[in-house]
Amino acid sequence: MSEESHGHAHINYPKIYVILLVLLVISVLGPFLEIQAVTLITAFGIAAVKAYLVAKNFMHINQAPKFITYIMTTCLVFMLLFFAAVAPDVMNDSGDNWRKNLSTWHYSAPAGHHEGAPHASSGH
Amino acid sequence: MRPIATTRSTAGMPTGLLAVWWVVASEIVIFGGLLASYLMYRLSHAAWSEQAANTNTWIGAFNTFVLLTSSFFAVLGHQAAEKGDGKKAARFLVYTIGGAVTFIAVKSFEWYTEISHGYTITSNTFWSFYYTAAGIHALHVIAGAIIMGIVARSAAKGLELHRVELIGIYWHFVDIVWIFLFPLLYIAK
Amino acid sequence: MAESIHHHAAADHGDHHHHAEQSFVSKYLLSTDHKIIAMQYMFTGMLMAMIGGFMSYAFRMQIAFPGESVPLWGLVTPANYNALVTNHGTIMIFWVAMPVLIAAFGNYLIPLMIGADDMVFPKINRLSYQIFLISALVLLTSFAVEGGGFGGAWTAYPPLSAKAEYNLTPLGATLWVVAVGLEFVAFLLGGINFVTTAMNSRAPGMKLYDIPMVIWMIVIASILFMVSVGPLLAGAIMLIFDQTLNTAFFDPNRGGDPVLWQHLFWFFGHPEVYVVLLPALGITAEIITVFSRKKLFAYKTVLHTAIGTGVLSFTVWAHHQFIAGIDPRMAHIFTLTTLLISIPIAEMMFVYIATLYGGAIRLTTPMLWALSFIGEFLIGGVTGIFLGASGADIYFHDTYFVLAHFHYTFYPIAIIGTFAGITFWFPKMFGRMMNETLGKIHFWGSIISFNFIFIPLFVLGAAGDHRRIFDYRNFPDRSLPEYQQLRVLATVSLLVMLAFQFVFLYNFIKSMFTGPKAEKNPWKSNTLEWSADSPPPHGNWPELPTVYRGPYEYSHPDRKEDYWPQNQPN
Repeated sequence: MSEESHGHAHINYPKIYVILLVLLVISVLGPFLEIQAVTLITAFGIAAVKAYLVAKNFMHINQAPKFITYIMTTCLVFMLLFFAAVAPDVMNDSGDNWRKNLSTWHYSAPAGHHEGAPHASSGH
Repeated sequence: MRPIATTRSTAGMPTGLLAVWWVVASEIVIFGGLLASYLMYRLSHAAWSEQAANTNTWIGAFNTFVLLTSSFFAVLGHQAAEKGDGKKAARFLVYTIGGAVTFIAVKSFEWYTEISHGYTITSNTFWSFYYTAAGIHALHVIAGAIIMGIVARSAAKGLELHRVELIGIYWHFVDIVWIFLFPLLYIAK
Repeated sequence: MAESIHHHAAADHGDHHHHAEQSFVSKYLLSTDHKIIAMQYMFTGMLMAMIGGFMSYAFRMQIAFPGESVPLWGLVTPANYNALVTNHGTIMIFWVAMPVLIAAFGNYLIPLMIGADDMVFPKINRLSYQIFLISALVLLTSFAVEGGGFGGAWTAYPPLSAKAEYNLTPLGATLWVVAVGLEFVAFLLGGINFVTTAMNSRAPGMKLYDIPMVIWMIVIASILFMVSVGPLLAGAIMLIFDQTLNTAFFDPNRGGDPVLWQHLFWFFGHPEVYVVLLPALGITAEIITVFSRKKLFAYKTVLHTAIGTGVLSFTVWAHHQFIAGIDPRMAHIFTLTTLLISIPIAEMMFVYIATLYGGAIRLTTPMLWALSFIGEFLIGGVTGIFLGASGADIYFHDTYFVLAHFHYTFYPIAIIGTFAGITFWFPKMFGRMMNETLGKIHFWGSIISFNFIFIPLFVLGAAGDHRRIFDYRNFPDRSLPEYQQLRVLATVSLLVMLAFQFVFLYNFIKSMFTGPKAEKNPWKSNTLEWSADSPPPHGNWPELPTVYRGPYEYSHPDRKEDYWPQNQPN
């Protein structure tokens, strides 16, 4: 079976491993500088770099047919789309989105009759 | 008895490899959805930083080191399998499983400590996410370790060596998820 | 790398294992043969359809004749009603449409139509059915536990779905979520099998554009499913924790957000409808080409449109949430995308009509179903436009207009698509022909009554009938006699439609055992499955076929025969 797998072009696995560990150390030390921007970059920027290194050198994604990379990227993009579209909703009003805050609107409960919808105070 | 279908490769890559990448794709969106939800909540609840301060960055970092090392062993196992050395590949896979066991042991100790300090899954929604995300990840670690054990057993006999690469790719993905969980739960307080 | 492919291609001939006489259990229950697994999915789906259909009977009887005991059920209490409505929807989508259209037809057709001897992972295939069966059993169990089945609608919005004090069915609610989650896992496993097989195991000579459209559709649907279900699987776990551990993922009083569930649900829920639509479109394509003896008009256009629709389907989901309190600016964007997505589907309809144009049309039972798909789905699609416009949706949301719209889409997809596929491939599956007369009676009886169920519901919805109302007598302004007459009309039409299904059942079962024996290719079709025996043996062909052309070479001007099978050398 081994002749099936293309010999993975000489990657120095120990070298990559050491780089990953160094990056880990930097990301742990980042918060000690107490600058938020630095912490974010070292934490998440380094995470992204580590992920890329693992994907390229350990998973050999760049040696698989290109459509594999496209599929993985597409999944990531869809997650970004999900975040971008949902965050404005979820990050507002702590789950209170159905309450209207406009000053011209007040909710009157349907007292005793079945007309249903609340009436706007600016008369209709 | 494998069907002939399994041996074809009209997409230009071995069938098992193609399938594992599809597994990774579906897992990206599962963890992606979970982590996106966490991120939305985290960014809109500044008060969570009080809770998050209580995660132990050193334990988290150690576990990250453990997983990175286990990934290193996994890829060395793949290298051995490529050369046809099933026994060596199996040995590296066993080291990887050792990493998995260490990870779970450390996490159990970590959770035990946190729970006994009152940080339970219901004490705050931060902790709900913490236990849920890390817990689902841990389940994937356990499942991966079990499958890896099965692959290692065959590999030691020189059989099904291509599977070493396949379980490796799954394992590296589980590692990547942790690579993002670590800053999310431990560093970005 | 190239050498190893040639080596395997040469080994394609012969090389089949012979089975000793197998017991019933190992041959039918524990089989790894894709055709048997397909039948398992199909029969399970058909059984669940009967249960889901019975549920609709019970709750429609309550609406038409409120407060009266329903034959074969008894009195429908409010809790009953909610559980019936919830589980009718849940069952029809997850345990009927998906297993039949994707799992059954996908399992049966993919290896046969691409010239393979089985799926690439037969054991995982079997495992996926077993998990699916367990999910069905978990769902059915939820009806039998204390409190009864979950009644919070198939959309399961929290806090209703999360808190026992609201839904009053804590056990049922958790079992429901667990069942749905298991179903997702089953289809993830199955989907990976389908996509990998279709991508990697095609017959020599079958290039990408030689793949029959139904296979493309099922593969694209599987990919859509895999990519969209992830966030909801995460959400389902969060909901289960809210239900059982009292976490607050979706509890607004404790920092959670119910709207997040809605987004997680619909981010999957909208692509899901295209997941079930695409296979039905594919089945229709196969049938109309065969029975008009014409090639599919603009194959590549249909394919690219299907892919484009799949991508677009990820950008429309919040049209289900227009009045849930989402940011109105978001509503503008989703209105745009929703209206846009109607264009590719409309274009596919035009392509199908162009395929029929000038063809030698044969109105067999499968063809009648396929044609009715086009007509009925058109009504569904057009009424969707009203709902996609956020302004209009402010009125229409949660009325019967929505319900009629999605039944005019789901019924063509799940029911018409299923009957089209079954009547078309029955000869291959069972080696016998179904009775054409009974088939036509079943067709006309179902289609006419179907329209008489849902057109009244459009009228009622536009007039203001709210969904999920157990007894309209509680609303004096909805209790006018003309409204109730329409409700009764819809219910009686449902009874008629259900009655006609017995014609199909009789035809299906009788033909399976005593129908006239079918030849290999009774419809004179080009695709590979018709070159195998009817029914195909284990391994499908003694020698796997090679492909020489595309699937739709019908009525070729240079040839005497009006069809040209893919595996025929000249």
